[in-house]
Amino acid sequence: MTTFSILDVEIQEIEGAKTLFGDSLTTFPMAMVILDPYTLESSWILDTADRILSHFQGADVRVALVVAGSDPEGAASFLGPLPDRILTFVDRERKLVKELSVKSLPSFAVVRQDGSVLGIAEGWNPTEWRELADNLAEMTSWSRPEVPSSEDPAAYQGTPARGTVSQVIPTDAELVEKVIIRFAGDSGDGMQLTGDRFTNASALAGNDLATLPEFPAEIRAPAGTLAGVSAFQVQISDHDITTPGDAPAVLVAMNPAALKSDLHLLVNGGTVIVNENTFEERNLEKAGYSQNPLNEGSELDGYRVIKVPMTELTKEVCKDLGVKPRDADRSKNFFALGLVSWMYSRPVEPTVEWIEEKFAGKDLVIAANKAAFQAGHAFGETAELGDQRVAIKAAPLPSGTYTSITGNTALSWGLIAASHLSDRPLFLGTYPITPASDILHELVRHKRHGVMTFQAEDEIAAIGSALGAAYGGYLGVTTTSGPGVALKSETLGLAVSLELPLIVVDVQRGGPSTGLPTKTEASDLMLAMYGRHGEAPLPIVSASTPSDCFDTAIEAARIALTHRTPVILLTDGYLANSSEPWLLPDPSSLPEINVEFATEFNQTNEDGDGVFWPYMRDENLARDWALPGTPDLMHRIGGIEKEDGSGNISYDPDNHGYMVDLRQERVQKVQVPDLEVDGSQDYELLVVGWGSTWGSIKGAIGRACKDGYKVGHVHLRHLNPLPNNLGELLSKAEKVLVPEMNLGQLSKIIRAEYLVDAKSVTKVKGVPFTAAELDLVLRETLDG
Amino acid sequence: MANTKTDSSQTTKADWTSDQEVRWCPGCGDYSILTALQLLMPELGVEREKTVFVSGIGCAARFPYYMNTYGMHSIHGRAPAIATGLALARPDLDVWVVGGDGDMLSIGGNHLVHALRRNVNINILLFNNQIYGLTKGQFSPTSEVGKVTKSSPIGLVAKPLNPLSVALGSEATFVARTHDMDRAHMQEMFRRAHQHKGASFVEVLQNCNVFNDGAFDAITKKDARDDMLINLDHGEPILFGSEKQFGVMADDGEVSIVNVDEVGQESILVHDENREDPSRAFALSRLSETPDTPTPMGVFRAVERDEYAVSLKAQIDGVVKDQGRADLNELLHSLPTWEV
Ligand SMILES: Cc1ncc(C[n+]2csc(CCOP(=O)(O)OP(=O)(O)O)c2C)c(N)n1
Ligand code: SF4
Ligand SMILES: [Mg+2]
Repeated sequence: MTTFSILDVEIQEIEGAKTLFGDSLTTFPMAMVILDPYTLESSWILDTADRILSHFQGADVRVALVVAGSDPEGAASFLGPLPDRILTFVDRERKLVKELSVKSLPSFAVVRQDGSVLGIAEGWNPTEWRELADNLAEMTSWSRPEVPSSEDPAAYQGTPARGTVSQVIPTDAELVEKVIIRFAGDSGDGMQLTGDRFTNASALAGNDLATLPEFPAEIRAPAGTLAGVSAFQVQISDHDITTPGDAPAVLVAMNPAALKSDLHLLVNGGTVIVNENTFEERNLEKAGYSQNPLNEGSELDGYRVIKVPMTELTKEVCKDLGVKPRDADRSKNFFALGLVSWMYSRPVEPTVEWIEEKFAGKDLVIAANKAAFQAGHAFGETAELGDQRVAIKAAPLPSGTYTSITGNTALSWGLIAASHLSDRPLFLGTYPITPASDILHELVRHKRHGVMTFQAEDEIAAIGSALGAAYGGYLGVTTTSGPGVALKSETLGLAVSLELPLIVVDVQRGGPSTGLPTKTEASDLMLAMYGRHGEAPLPIVSASTPSDCFDTAIEAARIALTHRTPVILLTDGYLANSSEPWLLPDPSSLPEINVEFATEFNQTNEDGDGVFWPYMRDENLARDWALPGTPDLMHRIGGIEKEDGSGNISYDPDNHGYMVDLRQERVQKVQVPDLEVDGSQDYELLVVGWGSTWGSIKGAIGRACKDGYKVGHVHLRHLNPLPNNLGELLSKAEKVLVPEMNLGQLSKIIRAEYLVDAKSVTKVKGVPFTAAELDLVLRETLDG
Repeated sequence: MANTKTDSSQTTKADWTSDQEVRWCPGCGDYSILTALQLLMPELGVEREKTVFVSGIGCAARFPYYMNTYGMHSIHGRAPAIATGLALARPDLDVWVVGGDGDMLSIGGNHLVHALRRNVNINILLFNNQIYGLTKGQFSPTSEVGKVTKSSPIGLVAKPLNPLSVALGSEATFVARTHDMDRAHMQEMFRRAHQHKGASFVEVLQNCNVFNDGAFDAITKKDARDDMLINLDHGEPILFGSEKQFGVMADDGEVSIVNVDEVGQESILVHDENREDPSRAFALSRLSETPDTPTPMGVFRAVERDEYAVSLKAQIDGVVKDQGRADLNELLHSLPTWEV
């Protein structure tokens, strides 16, 4: 029963200082109430905890509150003034909870000075709490506290201590497997935030999910217009899903323009929830409606329409708070969120807590948003929407710790991870561009990992600075989108010639030119392959899901650092902004990246003296790399053709031919794991995909295979060089399809490389394929 | 910033000379600049392995190949950007940037401007020959109006840039000018540039004897210098001429050349390179538009300002000091998590 290892658990005081649990025990035992701030169960016990702990404050006992799974700010907003009176710790990663083997929270625990446990009472079980309190009183010769008191709540069970928000499935809710919801409104309506909050609550409820945020290109398109519509689609499910879904079942339309632009996406007979206050003349006109669609006999016939005066109701609940009507108007998205949260039985605590955290210091805003959220929730309960309520059970995901992550965040973390794994500090040189800027915003916050970020004067300087830092021994990275890659191409050629490691991240967006800056596309593959002057081959990798951006970034770094080459990493606007639950990897399972530097001479000159030749190579043809600062190995590198080995300038024709071949061979030397076929193993049709089409292809193939179609799927992370077994897999197929968000760039490469009749399936509209679209194509291909 | 040599062994010019054959045209001014620097380096007490020369493209940009240090011959115009990344990553290094007037003021103008503005710790040497040498004789952004070149057969129409005005307008903290005919003066300017913390900018008037021969003869020839070069010495009245009969006077924000006898010694401007406000230095940079009128030489401006890499590093170190270094586990748990 005794676990002394808890002495070594690191915990954090609410003021921020970190300490070992053992150090906080001092000469007294410790009595703790451990809480989970995401649950109502823990909040109900605060007064009781206060009373019991305060009772022991005069005794030879240290008393403390422990808040699990939260940071200090979150704990502070959960506890209110309590930390002023009672020592409070944050057990952010729930390590203490784990070491104590606590199963549910809240719980009351007493640990002796040596780390052994006197007892733990879990949940709110008054009898167990009283026994433990009595034992403690006896041990310390102190009086017994009153447990329970008349004010204490009745006994109840706790919530899982390891962090799942218990999703209480209401009795009046109908269980469904999955649902697709689309939030749409004016870009000033806060739809992205609403969708994001809904997603988060769903993640905490244990659902699998996938999201698709869609932004307008203009930051402030005229309010109420079609151009200003911003939408967020999310699919939540009780099983494994791979896409944000085809057609939404529910559309939340905050204004006529949102209804006009997105209604066609909805399934037949789907539910439309509208903010009816916005359906007045001016807005209708701006959206292009000649008459109010909320009236009978409109395009809304055949849909279930729920008209809610959201603006009015929000203003009403805010009035008593002293919030001005104009300010109250800004909280109406929380009303919508509250209503939809009720309809889908989402836990409310995470949202309430988030509001408090996010708007900390702005009390009126907190009050207004909370009031609107609660009013929306109550509206669902009291209005006659009873038959609308559904619940989605938690998905049976593999067990472990999860976080909800977007592609841009995962990519940033992957770069940081690569920096740890290679022991090379990370340098990001970049110039802001949608949809890549969030990588800069994320990395700039990670100075604790030694990350250096540099916002350059343009894309050329961005890649130049990254190359300069790489030359100095950093993991040099530059992030951009298509227009930026175009500007970087000359420096990429230089990096190919210098044979220095460098990562260029291209978060692809709609082109050409400014194109569709906020929409997704995957049309830069040929640019990545061939978009440089001269023969300048380089390895290319691409990510297939938001969380896959993490692993792909590490892979890009591995190739760059060990092969001394620039690498292009392709993601796209869809991966960048959409999110999915991610089972966190065990850091110790991530492979180290071994980078060796030259410190000795590697040649002897005619006089018998040692010299350093920068273009001597290892078995992978990676050149010897001596960092500036290394004594005696001074050397010069440059973009002029050089002699292999010595690196001396050479204009010799044969040498150039040799070097051109060699640079190509260097790319071929990159080890690429063999592909594994998903779906049918004895496929007639092989679908070859790359990038963010993974989810839609997987969804489509799942459906087709279920109906007996023999379809296999391979997805390429490595686009250059291609996996060794791709040719063999293609040769086994009767038919080959390559779906891409471009006009057939990979299919051209495959046709050229393997001489197979790879058919291209294209969609270049700024939105991803849906699984249904691809499913249809698969069936037609095999039936036809 | 100087990397003081820890190893006491003395180096000589030979130690700073690489084994590469120098490939400038015979008689090119670049040779004398190279020699001046190779002779100076042993005196600076720095280590070869801690010294890096970064260049773009052009005749001038061949420079790194000839220095027995670390070096990178990069692409046209981008050297200041590449050097910026290197200097940020490796504050322990002594980073020099060398380039021509086309390299730094035309294709790379943006990078030059921003490197100076940020005050990155690099020493920038601009070899101004007022011509595109490597591409065989087109006009450059510093070529004078009316100049006949391969690409302006009837004479150039656009006004040139003044490199020092550009540097001063870019918030540069160290700005100097020298010329390829005076080794001692070049060395003094390079030494000062090297000493300066932050970005230093030195314009070196350089003769391209093939495509723009004699461009600076009117001011740099030995017998012309007394009357045509105005030496700027900090704390001294700005006087020139064989008898110091000429001087520079400041009046209403402008500077002009005067006869000392006519205005009196007390009216002559005393040079103050540390002046915070750059407008006086700017006015001095405008004193001569073309190299056939009296031209100031020396340090125009040398002021202290926080160096970029130091400030950036201080931010990182500050966060690490307050919050500790983070490991991968902490990173992965930095967003809300839940257990399944
Ligand atoms: C992207 C690019 N554009 C053009 C060139 C051709 N080019 C090489 S050097 C040069 C101008 C050189 O002039 P300057 O910088 O004054 O150097 P100098 O040769 O006079 O020392 C040009 C235009 C190039 N190498 N790269
Ligand atoms: S072309 Fe002019 S600048 Fe270039 S090496 Fe010859 S003389 Fe020197
Ligand atoms: Mg020139």
